[in-house]
Amino acid sequence: MAGPKYPGFDTLALHAGQSPDPATGSRAVPIYQTTSYVFRDTEHAASLFNMERAGHVYSRISNPTVAVLEERIAALEGGVGAIATASGQAALHLAVATLMGAGGHIVASNSLYGGSHNLLGYTLKRFGIDTTFIDPRNMDAWKKSIRPETRLLFGETLGNPGLDVLDIPAVSAIAHEANVPLLVDATFTTPYLMKPFELGADLLYHSATKFLGGHGVAIGGVLVDSGRFDWEASGKFDLLTAPYEGFHGMDFEEESGTRAFLLRARREGARDFGACMAPMTAFQILQGVETLHLRMPRHVESTRRIVAFLKSNAAVQKVIYPELPEHPDHALAKKLLAKGCGAVFSFEIKGGRPAGKTFIESLRVFSHLANVGDAKSLVIHPATTTHYRMSDADLARAGITGGTVRLSIGLEDPADLVEDLDRALKASQR
Amino acid sequence: MNFAVDGKRAFAYTAAHEPDAKKPTVAFVHGAGLDHSSFGLQSRYFGYHGRNVLAVDLPGHGRSEGPPIPTVAGMADWLCKAVTAPRFSIVGHSMGALVALEAAARHPDRVERIALIGVAYPMRVSEEFLSAAQRNDYAAFDMHTIWGHAPQVPLGANPNPGMWMYGDTQARLERLAPGVLHNDLKACHEYADGLDSAAKVKCPALFILGRRDAMTPVKASRQLAEAIEHSTSVVINFSGHSLMAEAPDATLDALIEFLR
Repeated sequence: MAGPKYPGFDTLALHAGQSPDPATGSRAVPIYQTTSYVFRDTEHAASLFNMERAGHVYSRISNPTVAVLEERIAALEGGVGAIATASGQAALHLAVATLMGAGGHIVASNSLYGGSHNLLGYTLKRFGIDTTFIDPRNMDAWKKSIRPETRLLFGETLGNPGLDVLDIPAVSAIAHEANVPLLVDATFTTPYLMKPFELGADLLYHSATKFLGGHGVAIGGVLVDSGRFDWEASGKFDLLTAPYEGFHGMDFEEESGTRAFLLRARREGARDFGACMAPMTAFQILQGVETLHLRMPRHVESTRRIVAFLKSNAAVQKVIYPELPEHPDHALAKKLLAKGCGAVFSFEIKGGRPAGKTFIESLRVFSHLANVGDAKSLVIHPATTTHYRMSDADLARAGITGGTVRLSIGLEDPADLVEDLDRALKASQR
Repeated sequence: MNFAVDGKRAFAYTAAHEPDAKKPTVAFVHGAGLDHSSFGLQSRYFGYHGRNVLAVDLPGHGRSEGPPIPTVAGMADWLCKAVTAPRFSIVGHSMGALVALEAAARHPDRVERIALIGVAYPMRVSEEFLSAAQRNDYAAFDMHTIWGHAPQVPLGANPNPGMWMYGDTQARLERLAPGVLHNDLKACHEYADGLDSAAKVKCPALFILGRRDAMTPVKASRQLAEAIEHSTSVVINFSGHSLMAEAPDATLDALIEFLR
């Protein structure tokens, strides 16, 4: 036999999860726009419901088009499987709700997307799940914040807004020492730039709305399990290792140690919370995934060019990007993000809020909106939008100044992007 | 279900049912380096359809205490101690199929039927694979994963929605203690009693084979099938060596028909 070889990333991005449709021969992924699936007979129905046969019952639980996206992302990440959700936020909620109930505790980086901060800091607290937020660069804080009821450590591969690089090998070692898993939000890096499971993370999710889709037409999320965390040995996850009355007394870990988390997430979380992905959404995100390996290098290349331009511009106070030597995580980024640090970054414009406002309003190519990871270049001014209620002192505590601008670099001609920024920067300083 | 064999902790999946002396019993035996969850869907089906199910973790695998047993005959004897029912059928996959064959030959008074999934005889393992496993080199897991599935698997669709078969195999292999995979592969490679044992098997035997199996190709089972007096074969198109995952329904349907 010849030596074994796995298909490359680019091939998986195009093929994983889908064979030509057996019914029609369709090469493209068909959109199975259906709520439900006809059973062959009552026996077949009963065995599908009781997980004795593989297949689809109802599209809230699984759908053939959505399953292609799930399998493809699991393949690109090197996980055992995935569940696609209505949004990235739904993926985070599903992960948390599968691992703990009231009384559970999470230790999370304080450098998070605002929506995640809201969910953990306010909303889940209402349901009895508490979160301690810590500085992700402080390993002692990770360790010291773990309590007997802690069930999860959580951070972003690249944090918000300071682009903190999460030291996944170090934080996962702390998590595993405490017998709890590490979940990461890998939205900014995608599997093209970083493979969190290879670094020690146990679970991850994406807001597929961003780079995975890349086109800004669909909201979605994907939760992926590495299958490597030993729930039984941990002794802290009765939800996965004890019979569950809500599903025929199933002990998920007994069914399969590697698939226990996804079994419960699908059989309980998808079934009961119902934050599923629509088949059309899965199709649209798949169109993006098929070119992820072509788009990401271009995103990074253009970002580097724009970072260099801004660094040398007199109107710019500071550029925050981990590839710059002055970034506190520069050395870590070189180690963990060898292919690049993504295409979302911040800079500070001289002149505070008024200059930031003028700058934004002078741009012609960049679109002013609340999103990142689009094929089109995007810009937002946190002090007048996402954080507009905050005083300058509160902004400073969040690492934001009145002049902070966040860019998401798209796939336009980079020369046009530089020209657009140059004109707006000049306008901001008048 | 946790129990003990020769004073050592052992585990068998029972599909959440207590053993019932009035029901027929089916034991499931996994392949090299794997565990009871290889038979997830199929063992669950029989557990909910009138059978006592014992999908065992062989010693040193899954939740069963090691060390692993170095010979197929030793595994067969262990199985016949682990299953306390006076008579039972065995469904074995790959190495587990050799265990089923050997158990039927050595304990003919106890074994009623054997289903041999993804089996070959002799079950030679390449030097490259054996040597990587002996070094506990990850390359052995790669070979197991890639050769253990049909070529279309990484580019195709998993019948189990949202799951990635390669990832699941790798994750299971990574849980093994060092040396266990080598123990199993060596036991398969050195098993030399196949034809003698096949001649002793008097119970019905079913071969379930994958047309695209690269590890135990269909033709490599022929000699064994011919040597068993009451054997039949089912060949499943499009499946490789991991038939229970790659073709779960076809595998289950063949088992239902055979164990009826």
